[in-house]
Amino acid sequence: MAAITPQYSRSNINSQKFALWVAIAAMIMMFGSLTSAYVVRRAAGNWFEFKLPDLFFINTVVILLSSVTIQLSYRAFKQGKEQQYKGLLIATFVLGMAFVIMQYMGWEALNAIGATFTINPSSSFIYVISGLHAAHVLGGMLALTVALVHAYYLPFKATIRRQQRFELVVQYWHFVDVLWVYLIFFFTIQS
Amino acid sequence: MAHVISAAETLEETLTQELGFNDHFHEHHHGDKFQSNFLTHYIFSTDHKMIARQFLITGIFWAFIGAAMSIIFRLQLGFPEADLVWLKPLLGKWIQVNAAGIGKLDPEFYYSLVTMHGTILVFFVLTAGLSGTFSNLLIPLQVGARDMASPLLNAFSYWAFFLAGVVMFLSLFLSTGPFSGGWTAYPPLSALPQASEGSGAGMTMWIVSMALFVVSALLGGINYITTVLNLRTKGMNMWRMPLTMWAFFVTAVLGVLSFPVLFSGLLLLMFDRGLGTSFYLSEIVVGGQVLDRIGGSPILYQHLFWFLGHPEVYIIILPAMGIVSEVMSVHARKPIFGYRAMVFSILAIGFLSFIVWAHHMFMSGVNPFISNFFVIFTLIIAVPSAVKVFNWITTIYGSNFRFNSASLFSIGFVSMFISGGLTGIFLGNSAIDIQLHDTYFIVAHFHIVMGIAAFFGMFAGIYHWFPKMFGRFMNETLGKVHFWGTLIGAYAIFWPMHYTGMAGVPRRYYDAGASFDAFRHFTDLNKFITVAAIVVFFLQVLFIINFFYSIFSGRKMTSKNPWGANTLEWTTPIETGHGNWPGNIPTVQRWAYDYGKDGKEFIPQYVPLGENEHDHGNH
Repeated sequence: MAAITPQYSRSNINSQKFALWVAIAAMIMMFGSLTSAYVVRRAAGNWFEFKLPDLFFINTVVILLSSVTIQLSYRAFKQGKEQQYKGLLIATFVLGMAFVIMQYMGWEALNAIGATFTINPSSSFIYVISGLHAAHVLGGMLALTVALVHAYYLPFKATIRRQQRFELVVQYWHFVDVLWVYLIFFFTIQS
Repeated sequence: MAHVISAAETLEETLTQELGFNDHFHEHHHGDKFQSNFLTHYIFSTDHKMIARQFLITGIFWAFIGAAMSIIFRLQLGFPEADLVWLKPLLGKWIQVNAAGIGKLDPEFYYSLVTMHGTILVFFVLTAGLSGTFSNLLIPLQVGARDMASPLLNAFSYWAFFLAGVVMFLSLFLSTGPFSGGWTAYPPLSALPQASEGSGAGMTMWIVSMALFVVSALLGGINYITTVLNLRTKGMNMWRMPLTMWAFFVTAVLGVLSFPVLFSGLLLLMFDRGLGTSFYLSEIVVGGQVLDRIGGSPILYQHLFWFLGHPEVYIIILPAMGIVSEVMSVHARKPIFGYRAMVFSILAIGFLSFIVWAHHMFMSGVNPFISNFFVIFTLIIAVPSAVKVFNWITTIYGSNFRFNSASLFSIGFVSMFISGGLTGIFLGNSAIDIQLHDTYFIVAHFHIVMGIAAFFGMFAGIYHWFPKMFGRFMNETLGKVHFWGTLIGAYAIFWPMHYTGMAGVPRRYYDAGASFDAFRHFTDLNKFITVAAIVVFFLQVLFIINFFYSIFSGRKMTSKNPWGANTLEWTTPIETGHGNWPGNIPTVQRWAYDYGKDGKEFIPQYVPLGENEHDHGNH
């Protein structure tokens, strides 16, 4: 990759951050289309009704908590509190991991009540949409891993460049969080 | 290779030194050491200009294959009795030889050919080959940036497209043949591997290829949007951008918002195929066997597909419109007529493209009252389209037009766009669509308006920017033969199809006339279409020969700005290195269309405004 980064930028927005927002717009379209497909398909009838597992709701708290920890970690980073920054970053990672594992347990619970993957589109949609969301959380954990490597292998220096990079991770993480809140809200009012 | 301009020799260099934006390019960038050898310079390049050429040449490769396929199925349609045994060395078992030694095209393979022709031309040629090429080439050059916002993602975008191509290409060699259920891949043909030969491995590879293509389109689109919005040079406000930039920008927005929806549709399709879900399947009998898949709706797929599918046709045509506006204005030596109207009509078309998708589904059983909504918005698209057409015509009107290959193709584009656009008004009406849907009328409509027209825009762009890409010119005589032959030939192919379509000849049928009494009188017309198609095919081969010959032996470019154009790409050196400008980036002082103003033939964008001069870019 050629090092031709210094470019004149008209706006005050960092272009990587802007690119992330455009990518988030694309992801919103993907999840938006899947939830609209759910609505359209549900309106056509032949639709099995069932109760969502409680784990999904507990998990909402877990992922909301992880958004709080990553935001606090970002604040600690800017304030130069190294220990707090590192600790909260690890906490975020652990909460993210817990979320994915508990989603898996949620799918098992769904399966146990007879709402299997193939029985009816009503349950298939839940698996596909929440599975796709979990894949995006895993992508966020990959980004968190990079942030952890930065935290533990680079000397602690709150440079603009590192702050911007960290901000990308933070914003993406908040996005997958808000996305799940939307999805659980959507599933709740639909079923 | 620290190339520093020592003495400001020309006005342009003086102005770039005095007013240009100094981003300390050489202090950070002592030559591009990552482009030192053949492999990294030509293959794994991150330079947007090289990636543009990669997109273009890959697109030409696919265009050749897609066009050759159409010739094979046109032979079947025009000459159903002909002996095709001479194709056996190429197609092998897809030519069935009967006892009398007569070779026939296998009907299954005919469907594969039609499907692949559509997929290849729509996605690989007219999306990647057109928008991929010119967005990459022109966005950084015309907005005044060193490269894309992320050159690395840009390279990934090409390589995802390349991989998509590899997967699709390999599927052509499967023993069960490539996918054969139509380029729209409607379930159940696409959802049940046992539905037809091509629905098995061929369809699996089709989905994988398309998923990779979506990745490519998204990575490209994110880059184009970010570059246009964030990396414009000083003075380049949005209203000073050439229309090419507006067109590519809106195209990228459409792509980023619609390709994820296609991905969702394909994702659910994959689960239906592989994991036994029933999103699109309900109560189906295949080969006398009742499947236990219930509860799905094939219409759901059509909604998801056409939510991409309709913006997709504007993803194809908008770049062509942008290119034509720019090429036409430069060669007419006149400002584009109604610049702001052009911008607003691009935005209007982009917006409307998202709320008309169900006009592809009038006959699929959607509620007729909902159809009304889509009819109205579909017909409203005629308004911004007509604005653009009138503006192109008034741009040429009274101009001192330079007729060369590039500008001729830009006029040809307008002709095709009018002819194809008018039939769109027929088809947009749900009542008329009852008769015309799935006939040759629709084939004629979309081939003219988004096939031929988009190709004409692409050709205009290639002839016009060939010197920027390769430092040489293409042969003008061959170019003019190419233009006139293609213009006449394309009308000869598609004009008669309107008549066969109005009479009701269905598209996609293996036998388009001969075996139906009602259509038998079209046999000669079908022969005529096939002959015209073969002639046009060989004219495109002539273009390809001209293209590759000119890369190595064309007339050399001797000045930076051979067309006398105003835009920034013509201020870069003839041999443009990675980073585009050796020194300062020129700053922009005016809009891109000051032609024939104040007694000057053209005033480039870097020239400061004179006293009392009206600034078109500051409304």
